[in-house]
Amino acid sequence: MDVSITGAKILFNIPIFGGIPISETLVVTWAVMAVLTGLSIWLTRGLKVRNISKRQAVAEKLVMTAENFVRENMGEKFMSYVPFISAIFALSISCSMASLVGVFSPTGDISTTMAWAVVVFVIITFYKFRTNGFIGYWKGFCDPVFVMAPFNMLGEVFTPVSMAFRHFGNIVSGGVITTLLYSALTVANHALFGWLPGFLGEILAGVPFLTVGVPAVLSLYFDWFGSAMQAFIFCMLSMMYISTATE
Amino acid sequence: MERALVLMGCAIGAGLALIAGIGPGIGEGYTAGKAVEAIARQPEMKGELTSSMLLGIACAETTGIYGFVTGLLLIFVAPNMFLNLL
Repeated sequence: MDVSITGAKILFNIPIFGGIPISETLVVTWAVMAVLTGLSIWLTRGLKVRNISKRQAVAEKLVMTAENFVRENMGEKFMSYVPFISAIFALSISCSMASLVGVFSPTGDISTTMAWAVVVFVIITFYKFRTNGFIGYWKGFCDPVFVMAPFNMLGEVFTPVSMAFRHFGNIVSGGVITTLLYSALTVANHALFGWLPGFLGEILAGVPFLTVGVPAVLSLYFDWFGSAMQAFIFCMLSMMYISTATE
Repeated sequence: MERALVLMGCAIGAGLALIAGIGPGIGEGYTAGKAVEAIARQPEMKGELTSSMLLGIACAETTGIYGFVTGLLLIFVAPNMFLNLL
């Protein structure tokens, strides 16, 4: 029984500009974006002021939750970041749950989470430049003592790297454990049912009965709780770093 | 002979990398204990205390994840790469 655990597979190459590789990550991310866009358009169709439909109540509840989330973590003056934070949250949780339908989840590729972390890092640096000025930013690395400058710079670079790796590592670990569990249960099924004589044994050993049940319970933790937790942590950390960059 | 040494190094390294799992285990257990103490003192704050605890746990989990990713890389990616370099 050979188990292969790889990263994102490259599906095909577009033959312009010397071959642009299209990987599974790209395809699933575009599909998730299409689903989220369709959901948003459907939720916001036919808005009324009175006698609202249940659909509109759901949409209003989502928007109110996002606004409260941003308001209590970033304060009133950062309310323009509500679309950004809710977009990252929605993308993150939808991409991580793509493994529920059997496709490769894009957040299991370090490129996705690193891209989001780099965007947040650019925002943080921009606010630091605006608050402290160009010279003040570089001088800020020298407190409390001048020799602490390399360590402060390392900590600064490490912020987006750690955010990306935390998200990536949790999602990938869920995927690896689920893959190993499925292959172990398939081997156990083959070994168990292979003892039955002749034709019956061959058919029963080919259909993996034992893989029903146990992976579903584990998937409750890895797919549902883990994805929601990691999306929440990513957004919470971005909000905390952005709001403390203006002090 | 070099092949055996490379594969042995990767396997032993992967085992050593997962010793990093001790840290988050101890730290998160301590965090959970403190959170339970706080809930016992003020049961009406249970929701906020629980979400603060989960936030702290997810941040402390990071170094354990670093060790896990290193172990995964050593088992699945490193042997191929090192044997091609030989």
